[in-house]
Amino acid sequence: MHRTGELYGQFETLEQQKDSATLGMWIFLVTEVLFFGGLFLTYSINRHLYFTAFGVGGNMLDLRLGATNTVVLIASSFTMAMSVWAAQTSRKKLLPIFLLLTLILGFVFLGIKYVEYKQKFDHHLVPGHSFDLTYRINHPGPGDDAKELAAEREEIAGALRTEAPGGPQEALTALNAHAQLYFSLYFGMTGLHALHMVVGAGLLVWVLRESLKGRFSAAYNTPIEIVGLYWHFVDIVWIYLFALLYLINRHAV
Amino acid sequence: MSEEFTLPNHKTPHEHYLNATYGIRSWLLTTDHKRIALLYLASVTFFFFVGGIFATMIRIHLLTPSGTLVTPENYNKLFTMHGVAMIFFFLIPSIPAVLGNFLIPLMIGAKDLAFPKVNLLSWYIYLIGGCFVLYSFGTGGLDTGWTFYTPLSSIYSNSAVTPAVIGIFINGFSSILTGLNFIVTIHTMRAPGMTWFRLPLFVWAHYATSIVMILGTPVVAITLLLAGLERMFHLGFFNPALGGDPILFQHLFWFYSHPAVYIMILPSMGVVSEIIPTLARKPIFGYSFIAGSSIAIAVIGFLVWAHHMFVTGQSTYAALTFSFLSYLVAIPSAVKVFNWTATLYKGSISWDTPMIYALGFIGLFLIGGLTGLFLACLGLDIHVHDTYFVVAHFHYIMVGGAVMGYLGGLHFWWPKITGKLYPESLSRLAAIILFIGFNLTFFPQFILGYLGMPRRYHSYPPEFQVLNVLSTAGASILALGYLLPMVYFVWSMRYGPAASTNPWPATGLEWKTASPPPTENFEVTPVVDWEPYDYRNRPDLGLVAGGRLAPTHGDD
Amino acid sequence: MQSQLPLYPEQASNFAPHVDSLMLFIITVCLFFAVSVTIAIVWFFFRYHRKKENEVGVPLHGDSRLETLWIIVPLILAMVMFGWGAVIYVDYRHMPQDTLDIYMIGKQWMWKAQQPNGIREINELHLPLGRNVRIILASEDVIHDFYVPAFRVKMDVVPGHYNTMWFRPTKPGRYHFFCSQYCGTNHAVMGGWVYVMEPSDYAAWLAGASGGEANPVAAGEKLFTEKACSTCHVPNGSGRAPSLNGLYGARVLLADGSVVEADDAYIRESILQPAAKIVAGYQPLMPTFQGLLTEEQVIVLTAYIKSLQSQPVPTKGSGVAPSEGKK
Repeated sequence: MHRTGELYGQFETLEQQKDSATLGMWIFLVTEVLFFGGLFLTYSINRHLYFTAFGVGGNMLDLRLGATNTVVLIASSFTMAMSVWAAQTSRKKLLPIFLLLTLILGFVFLGIKYVEYKQKFDHHLVPGHSFDLTYRINHPGPGDDAKELAAEREEIAGALRTEAPGGPQEALTALNAHAQLYFSLYFGMTGLHALHMVVGAGLLVWVLRESLKGRFSAAYNTPIEIVGLYWHFVDIVWIYLFALLYLINRHAV
Repeated sequence: MSEEFTLPNHKTPHEHYLNATYGIRSWLLTTDHKRIALLYLASVTFFFFVGGIFATMIRIHLLTPSGTLVTPENYNKLFTMHGVAMIFFFLIPSIPAVLGNFLIPLMIGAKDLAFPKVNLLSWYIYLIGGCFVLYSFGTGGLDTGWTFYTPLSSIYSNSAVTPAVIGIFINGFSSILTGLNFIVTIHTMRAPGMTWFRLPLFVWAHYATSIVMILGTPVVAITLLLAGLERMFHLGFFNPALGGDPILFQHLFWFYSHPAVYIMILPSMGVVSEIIPTLARKPIFGYSFIAGSSIAIAVIGFLVWAHHMFVTGQSTYAALTFSFLSYLVAIPSAVKVFNWTATLYKGSISWDTPMIYALGFIGLFLIGGLTGLFLACLGLDIHVHDTYFVVAHFHYIMVGGAVMGYLGGLHFWWPKITGKLYPESLSRLAAIILFIGFNLTFFPQFILGYLGMPRRYHSYPPEFQVLNVLSTAGASILALGYLLPMVYFVWSMRYGPAASTNPWPATGLEWKTASPPPTENFEVTPVVDWEPYDYRNRPDLGLVAGGRLAPTHGDD
Repeated sequence: MQSQLPLYPEQASNFAPHVDSLMLFIITVCLFFAVSVTIAIVWFFFRYHRKKENEVGVPLHGDSRLETLWIIVPLILAMVMFGWGAVIYVDYRHMPQDTLDIYMIGKQWMWKAQQPNGIREINELHLPLGRNVRIILASEDVIHDFYVPAFRVKMDVVPGHYNTMWFRPTKPGRYHFFCSQYCGTNHAVMGGWVYVMEPSDYAAWLAGASGGEANPVAAGEKLFTEKACSTCHVPNGSGRAPSLNGLYGARVLLADGSVVEADDAYIRESILQPAAKIVAGYQPLMPTFQGLLTEEQVIVLTAYIKSLQSQPVPTKGSGVAPSEGKK
């Protein structure tokens, strides 16, 4: 097994090795763009077709938690960039600290995501047999804010009027179906993103361990750089998700 | 092959990549691109057999109008599984994973690919995906068609759709990682002096293929994931009853699956671009046009997907656009065919087996590609869409094209890969049998299609029987043509005479090292200072510069 | 009834000769290129066969003029093919005005066709010669495709969408139709026959065919009562809505002063979008039945209303224009 920093057998020079690693990560990120892209396209088309239901669904997301997560991830990209800087300037003591901060922020993100998902689960907003858009307004819990509930009730009523002129029951069925599409895409897109975050966390643990052994310096810091590229990409995807899922058609509460 | 010309007393080198280490672990945990190529060779051949058995059963079943071999349900499973096995587990990996893996580092003067462990991972991912698909085949089969159109696949089918979709999803990452590996390798690991325009056209072809692989495959991955999730959790992306749209599935699916056909054909064209100049002993005519046309096909190939959907009710405007673009994508392929033909002019043409395969490729690809013009034509497509005309068209390209190229490449590089020679007369005979059997199998299907026989039919009106019988007869000849190489290749590994370093001789870097090559490919990293396919300025090839047909002065 | 030379189906629609001519053109162009390239290859293969072991070929690296030529010429030919095909396709996708409308529903694994007068057929379609026929296609389950080789037409049948296609049968006879989008187990046997008849034969068939279905007029009458149309559309004109006696085919005076003919389209529109045309002297009270009636139900209601043609028109409470009475 090769130790990090050594020249792998297939390469002629360290520079070739570094160039290959960096190009490899960029190309991998391109494939990820195409991968998420299919989901984004499906989302966009469906938002266009069912903007009412998607508006209702979007407003059921917790904007505070979502915005917090956005700040958390942007901060983690900052600490990640600082790690790359520390590595490039041979600050061997500072590097693991920044990596650890990035990792912690990543966990904070995942933790908040867990809370959000739990909320959706409790409110019967997970697609499946028990999906029910009206669950929350019909079964208010102790922690629910009355103003929020009233706003939600108003929102759903308005949506029912525009969804289908056939009659109240048909409108509710249609609204539930279209909102379920929204939440399927919500869970699909944020879930896939969270999965990528978990992988990113794993990568961070790896480079953190290596950095504690003092492996990285100005002479050699490729793994930090490519993990940084990956991390920034995951951050950018979240920013798009936040805008598309949380912010479009957001009503003030 | 030029036996009497090769270096006297050649024998297989004492140590090479095949015998450098022994034991099953040294193979299953290898990171040597050459061994990984052979691992792929074994597995794609296995899936070729699987798909081939299904094809045999299909053709036997179609001997009679009412079909007597299998039930309708099983027939539907046969053509589906034939398609899935052949496309995802044979055609797409074949040339890139076998020949590409083996040759690209050698051709550019590198010791291995950029990411050898990722290369091995690709193979394991392929195997895991294959296991899921085989599981699907074995537990109820798959009857949705390889195209998985919804809502048939997501709601109505009772077959083992989910494991199959998971298997193809996983297999997609094998493709993506291979493409990624190739792109990085070609960019960063070329030997000194190996500039872009000195690269063999095989490398250009694989570069273009890799671009398609990395950009297209993720889209089909997410599409199949969505379809699988829809099936498992009753979601509504493609189900109209829940607000979804079956046509969305088709757009997403074909966005990959059309470029996928270029993944299947571009490497094959790369093989032909190597064989023809080598066995005609002159530079390829129009090198930059052939290189550029590979890139053009890769790019334009992403813009034509909805020509599979002309009769879905898409807007007339969309149909016009996609038909127009589909005609554009035909042009670069035509350019290649003309250039290959022009390369033969005033060449010194050997009649060796790879040349037979290369010329067979051109003939069959010509027919397949030209019939694409019929399908791109909106007015005609209304009539022939989803008939046997389409079936004939794509088999001409994929089998007559890609498989011929694959076999031709195997024959061309077999001495390099194994250090052995195969029996020449038998191999030429097999190539000719293949060519004849193939035409007899698939040409009648053009007529069947125009007469109106739809595809994916387990039974058909009696007036179509004669053509179906002809087709099946041809298939039996075709099968013989495929079995022969399998037999004599295996035979050659044990009993074949030893090959020299450069039996043809050819001008690529891979021919400058031993047959078979050592594990590290080259004793010393080569430095390149010659143009590709240059037969006149290579005294090391032992050919007389200015031989009978070459001019004694200047150029051209 | 295949042609004697079984290379193409009979030409039985307005599109068939055009498609076949286009086919012939493309075959000719392709044959030219295929034959020339093949001849060239075979010629070179023999002419330049290697004679001595160590000889090489003449190095010809390329020729930009030749490359340009064999890019431009195929491009031009390709554009001709594109253009010709596009013309046929645009015609095919653009429905003419005066069509006989047939509704076809595809489901696993049969076809249900509905003629304009309500007659239903299963796996069969009777059509009159020389009439523009428009088929409106719907699916009850998966994607199917309605394909008539002799007409050279096909169109997918997609659940959640309505697709339309048109053609004009030009030759009497019996023609196969197929399902041509894989749809499951019995995809291959989900076909049938199109019968193209002389117009008089077709009319006779329409009048006499029962097909096992209930009389559409009776079905329409039943529906008229069930859906409470009779509550307002009282025959003697005393209801809140005009009497429908003698309405079909008559001219109607509208609230805005215009006069329209009460044909099939008018009746259909009145049921599905009643606010579009209000009869003079009446209020816009009628609810819409959009989404509450199937196409078949609209058709049988129309058949019933048509049957009221010969009923006495009340002097008051009718939508029929006053000038009509003066005729």
